[in-house]
Amino acid sequence: MTITEVSVSLTINGRAVSVPQGTSLLAACESIGIETPTLCWAENLTPVNVCRVCVVEVEGSRALVPSCARAAEENMVVHTESPRVRHSRKMVLEFLGSSTDLSQASDLAVWMRHYQADPNRYGQTDVPAERIVEEPKVQDDLYVRDYDKCVLCYKCVEACGDDAQHTYAIAVSGRGFNSRISTEFDTVLPDSACVYCGNCIGVCPTGAIQFKTEFDMRAVGDWRPESQDVTTTVCSFCGVGCNLELHTQDNKIVKVTSPADHSVTHGHLCIKGRFGWQYVQPPTVSPRD
Amino acid sequence: MADLFIGDDLADDIEIAAVAAAVGATNTVVHAGERLVYGGTQRRRDHRHLLLPALHALQNAKGWISPGGLNHVCTLLQVPPAEAYGVATFYEMFRLDEPDYGPGVSHVTHVCVDAACQIAGSRELIAELEASGAQVHRSPCLGQCERPPAQFHQGIGRPDLVPADFAAGGAGLGGSPTEKIPQQGDPSLRLLRNVGVVDPTSLEAYRANGGYQALDRAIAMGADAVCSAVAGSGLSGRGGAAFPTGIKWRAVAAEQGRPKHVVANCDESEPGTFKDRVVMENDPFAVIESLTLAGFATGAENGWIYIRGEYPLATARLQNAVNQAQDAGLLGSNAAGSGQRFDIEIRRGAGAYICGEETALFASLEGFRGEPRSKPPFPTTHGLFSEPTAINNPETLINTLDIVLYGAEQYRRRGTERSPGTKLLCVSGRVTKPGVYEVEFGVSLGEVLALAGPLTGSGRLAAVLMGGAAGSFVGPDALDLPLTLEDTRERGTTLGSGVIMAFTDEIDMTAVALRIAEFFRNESCGQCVPCRVGTVRQHETMLQLQTAGGLGAKRRKLIEDISQVMVDASICGLGHTAASAINSAFDLGLLPGGRNDDN
Ligand SMILES: Cc1cc2nc3c(=O)[nH]c(=O)nc-3n(C[C@H](O)[C@H](O)[C@H](O)COP(=O)(O)O)c2cc1C
Ligand code: SF4
Ligand code: SF4
Ligand code: FES
Ligand code: FES
Repeated sequence: MTITEVSVSLTINGRAVSVPQGTSLLAACESIGIETPTLCWAENLTPVNVCRVCVVEVEGSRALVPSCARAAEENMVVHTESPRVRHSRKMVLEFLGSSTDLSQASDLAVWMRHYQADPNRYGQTDVPAERIVEEPKVQDDLYVRDYDKCVLCYKCVEACGDDAQHTYAIAVSGRGFNSRISTEFDTVLPDSACVYCGNCIGVCPTGAIQFKTEFDMRAVGDWRPESQDVTTTVCSFCGVGCNLELHTQDNKIVKVTSPADHSVTHGHLCIKGRFGWQYVQPPTVSPRD
Repeated sequence: MADLFIGDDLADDIEIAAVAAAVGATNTVVHAGERLVYGGTQRRRDHRHLLLPALHALQNAKGWISPGGLNHVCTLLQVPPAEAYGVATFYEMFRLDEPDYGPGVSHVTHVCVDAACQIAGSRELIAELEASGAQVHRSPCLGQCERPPAQFHQGIGRPDLVPADFAAGGAGLGGSPTEKIPQQGDPSLRLLRNVGVVDPTSLEAYRANGGYQALDRAIAMGADAVCSAVAGSGLSGRGGAAFPTGIKWRAVAAEQGRPKHVVANCDESEPGTFKDRVVMENDPFAVIESLTLAGFATGAENGWIYIRGEYPLATARLQNAVNQAQDAGLLGSNAAGSGQRFDIEIRRGAGAYICGEETALFASLEGFRGEPRSKPPFPTTHGLFSEPTAINNPETLINTLDIVLYGAEQYRRRGTERSPGTKLLCVSGRVTKPGVYEVEFGVSLGEVLALAGPLTGSGRLAAVLMGGAAGSFVGPDALDLPLTLEDTRERGTTLGSGVIMAFTDEIDMTAVALRIAEFFRNESCGQCVPCRVGTVRQHETMLQLQTAGGLGAKRRKLIEDISQVMVDASICGLGHTAASAINSAFDLGLLPGGRNDDN
């Protein structure tokens, strides 16, 4: 982050705002307390601006603009509550809700209610609305990939590739509605380039990639986020000093994350920090086995 | 970046030889297990732009891209296999599962199912071909809308070809002009003057007919004067967006200190469009000369031609023209004596309409998925390889030859004040003489249809599709519409890429609209939600319209809602225009009206 003295002044919903040059419209909105839904944006990843749920109206621009990726400019006049903005946000949420399983995307549920999105108005008995239908990929003891929850936000691809891990084990394949996150020829993860850093899990907003522990516990109805504690500690494996957040339920570690704003990890870990807790407790055995 | 992880599957000798021939010996430097000399992304970019040619080679060798073949290419070019797989699966012409064609199958027959061919019996042709045992692939517009239903043979172990190119007897590259255009011999033709007249395979013939005089003149004038002439002519882009060419060239000319590029966008995939093919096949040297001229005017040393994969004859003739120009010193270290280096490389697309969108084209050429990106920044500063780039349609480019030779003022004598010059129109559908027509801006739609002869079919005009699938339908009351940028805009339609497709009243327009919806669904790159899901929901709603014979209030509202979000929130022009033709069909009453129930 370069600190700059230069600031730009703009108007958002009729209010004058001044922000440092280079600030995104998303951050400018936040600075005056305007909340914006986001899906493909994350503070530790390069904006891909593909989901379009964060769009705002900028006077003079024919199409709406993604607030996460567009920088504030001097004298911009921005609207975040105009009928066009509300319509686009609502439609994006409806489109996703009508095609993917958002049951574990809790943030989106709040926004769906806010914009009165009704995913059920698509399709009829003669022509049903097509959904993404995929079987969960359970290929090892660490991850589960369940792509009918995938909204194609590209976050996992970025975390696996240029933005964090530089492993490039997964990429977007196919085209259009048939696009999927995939390894080459859809080979199983253990036979791919994957190094099990779990950074894809860390960034996935919908639970399409998750810890096997979480997946198994959910399968038997035993996943209870409300009764989980989060303990922050420092990873003991090497000298880098990564912050770990140990999520525990009934005194057992059920998942490990790292804060996205941590100066060392930026939210990303390696296999040891992410999964190497067996020395604290024996590996969780799937209750179904 | 650590060493790339490459799986165990190996390529066979056929695949290795095919890739070596495509990628060239000079580029085969990196071997399995070799440690990278310099870091990640840089090394990947060095070779990555060869990915598409290498994938083409694999596909052609075996009729599919095998895991071993992909591994080989990934090792050679240092591309992560997951990414290469993501690229390969993006394109219509590549398959990643082993086909069970049986022995002796030498090609897959692509048959066009888009509007001009749909109404000319492509369904019947497909049934016939399949009954005869052919491997058939249903294709979007093949750019041969004047000879429907169109076919393209994708070769397995032999070159691709278009059967119609052999119909006239003149096979492939060789021989004299094959094309006969409807306006053949008309002395007023400018852009089409060489078509069917000058041997497209001979630089000598091209020069004997005035070829390369414009480039000589441009070099004598100097780059700055060329940009001024192009700006003064009022020439605007012919690829669809009608952006002023002079402004684009000046912007690139002003960029200093980085490599620069000029790109001919020969992807021509807008349904109903085939003008670029006719020009490239029959006057390829004009494309090469004008691209060289663009390079000189903008100070770009690198020229690229990105041509759609289904144009084998145009590709061969352009390559032949490049080779002859190189031999004659018209390309190379001192191109045409300009004192500037200029080379041209030709790259084939692999079946993806979206790759005609300029930023998607760059991504595709660089070896990435053909996904557009948000603008700004614009290509003039961040184009191919993120370097300054002027990208133009070939029709735009060949216009500059006359502008340089005769001056902006002379050029402006044709057309209208705000739409100077002439325009190539792709006339197809129910007309007696479909084909490419060159007309001055300002002629009326009715005059153009009259040129193409009496209507066929019922003879009663129902609608004209203007500008292709991304354009809109107009009704018979629009025959007086002057074909200019300003008049079409004012009447809420577009010239786009020059498509004029005529529909008579016996045609099932619901089926035509349904196919347009399906086209966008299939061609969406899938990146942004409004278009990825919106095109699917739009197509489903059109299917409901067909089954139910109309739409109730709720569904009409859905159509409007879907259209609105695609226009407002999509990333690129594909999403922005995906509802346009369908909306116009509703407005014109071409589709079954509303029902009284509220579904
Ligand atoms: C979906 C889509 C497809 C396009 N396809 C083509 C094409 O095939 N050929 C072309 O010249 N321009 C195409 N364009 C327009 C290009 O993005 C670009 O504007 C054009 O190549 C610029 O050249 P011009 O100024 O000479 O027209 C397409 C645009 C979109 C949005
Ligand atoms: S798996 Fe998750 S992180 Fe990856 S693209 Fe899908 S929703 Fe985004
Ligand atoms: S509008 Fe469609 S084609 Fe364009 S980027 Fe979005 S998904 Fe891709
Ligand atoms: S959050 Fe801005 S486009 Fe996805
Ligand atoms: S070739 Fe069939 S519509 Fe163009």
